[in-house]
Amino acid sequence: MTSTALDFWATPLGWSLITVGQILLVTVVLLLSVAFQIYGDRKIFAGVQMRKGPNVVGPFGLLQSFADLGKFVVKELVIPAGADKAVFLLAPLISVTLALGSWAVMPFGPGWIVSNINVGVLYLFALSSLGVYGIIMGGWASNSKYAFLGSLRSAAQMVSYEVSIGFVVITVILLAGSMNLQQIVESQSGGFWNWYMFGGGLANWPILLVTFPMGVIFFISGLAETNRPPFDLPEAESELVAGYAVEYGSTPYLLFYLAEMSNILLMSMLFAILFLGGWQAPFPTPFTADWAPTAVSLFAFMWLFLKTIFVFFMNAMVRAIVPRYRYDQLMRLGWKVFLPTSLVAVVLIAAWRVFGPQA
Amino acid sequence: MDLQAIAFYLLAAITVASGLLVITARNPVHSVLFLILAFFTAAGLFVMLGAEFLAMLLVVVYVGAVAVLFLFVVMMLDVDFSQLREGFSRYLPIGMVVGGVLAIEMILVATTVANRGAASLNAAPANPDAALPNAEAIGRVLYTDYVYFFQAAGLVLLVAMIGAIVLTLRHRPGVRRQNIADQVARTLESGMEIVQIKSGEGLSE
Repeated sequence: MTSTALDFWATPLGWSLITVGQILLVTVVLLLSVAFQIYGDRKIFAGVQMRKGPNVVGPFGLLQSFADLGKFVVKELVIPAGADKAVFLLAPLISVTLALGSWAVMPFGPGWIVSNINVGVLYLFALSSLGVYGIIMGGWASNSKYAFLGSLRSAAQMVSYEVSIGFVVITVILLAGSMNLQQIVESQSGGFWNWYMFGGGLANWPILLVTFPMGVIFFISGLAETNRPPFDLPEAESELVAGYAVEYGSTPYLLFYLAEMSNILLMSMLFAILFLGGWQAPFPTPFTADWAPTAVSLFAFMWLFLKTIFVFFMNAMVRAIVPRYRYDQLMRLGWKVFLPTSLVAVVLIAAWRVFGPQA
Repeated sequence: MDLQAIAFYLLAAITVASGLLVITARNPVHSVLFLILAFFTAAGLFVMLGAEFLAMLLVVVYVGAVAVLFLFVVMMLDVDFSQLREGFSRYLPIGMVVGGVLAIEMILVATTVANRGAASLNAAPANPDAALPNAEAIGRVLYTDYVYFFQAAGLVLLVAMIGAIVLTLRHRPGVRRQNIADQVARTLESGMEIVQIKSGEGLSE
């Protein structure tokens, strides 16, 4: 009985079914997480400003995001006159497809990954670089100067910060010796001192001076990449109304918003995976040796969950506390500060790998 | 027909169709968008060949960076179609010559491949050691056998970058720029001056 069942899952049909099931599971959990992420974001923002935040729908306002979803879905879809209809509707679809597609390579626990590919980091990088298109297409197709200017700003900002994110990720790849996200996480096992934020092992302690700033740069670049405050210039409401999304309403806007929030969650989790050891516990875990595999996976997932929430909390606090950057300051920070710093860091870490004690 | 064949024909059909639409689309922005689709499906074909590293690089470099600039330029330009069509008949002969040469070359390559001539269908796989990850296999030859070509390619890019900067860099006098170092280095003494003004005289200057 069991052997025939196992055979079925190995056939192309069974394999396809199981993969579709995994994709559905990840997507549903992700959408629910985004709903509560938006709620948490608003609550933290309100808490810093000594307001109550959403507190009407459901207990403590927990169902606020679902009420918003209902409102967006039943609204009328307005397409501006003179807009390029096909591109206008395609733009949010592209955004949300890319945002959800990125989750295929995220390792949620030992063996908990939809697609364990060797170029996982590059795949994430490729999809995030494609994310610009949703924004440019939306801004251009709206046939509005505000939307177009907002999309140009947004695209320039994303392209600029992608460069420094790329170099920071290269330092982690050099230390891990792999572009496979699961292997990057596995190489940080054994305790928080093995995390790449802290140099990746006690023998590597001198490069803590390099990897810790790299983690900080990755966090800040992640804020810019996801158009979060203090880098939310594309949506600078005082000058550009709402940036590229100004002509959007109803479900297309909902898709843009979903893509943005999902990308923020992705950046938080990616920070946890690259620098905070992913699903590894912050201390050695010999006691899990005789646990059931599912229990070990759940235990690991709990750590990733906590780390992601921690990074997202920092993200939300930055949004509440830091005032918005001016555009030329943003470009200066990206090209004149982060890019040279991360380039030097790549050279230093490569040199450490070749000439260091572990060479 | 297995899954690979279905995927290949789907990707190839989309690549060819979007390539055709690049030149037939009336709106130049649509042309660029179809070009991006062609790049993207070509990356899918690379994945099917087992060259996933190249596929990702194609997406990151061409789709994520180069095509964005294309799109910027085309969106900013106010393209006048009637003006574009004016020279159509004048440039038709030379265009046909170039297209004909390209078509003949492609037919020759295709026939040699079909006859298993110089380029066999069963050529050596791109990745001789299946256990070796793609990126490592490329790195092993790129930084050893082809290191001079690699460096030369880097030099060409550097020259192009410097050239672009030289062409566009202009120093205009009288432009006020923010100097962050100056601002940070400012102290209370250097930033503020307390002046005692006698009544009825005001400040000279």
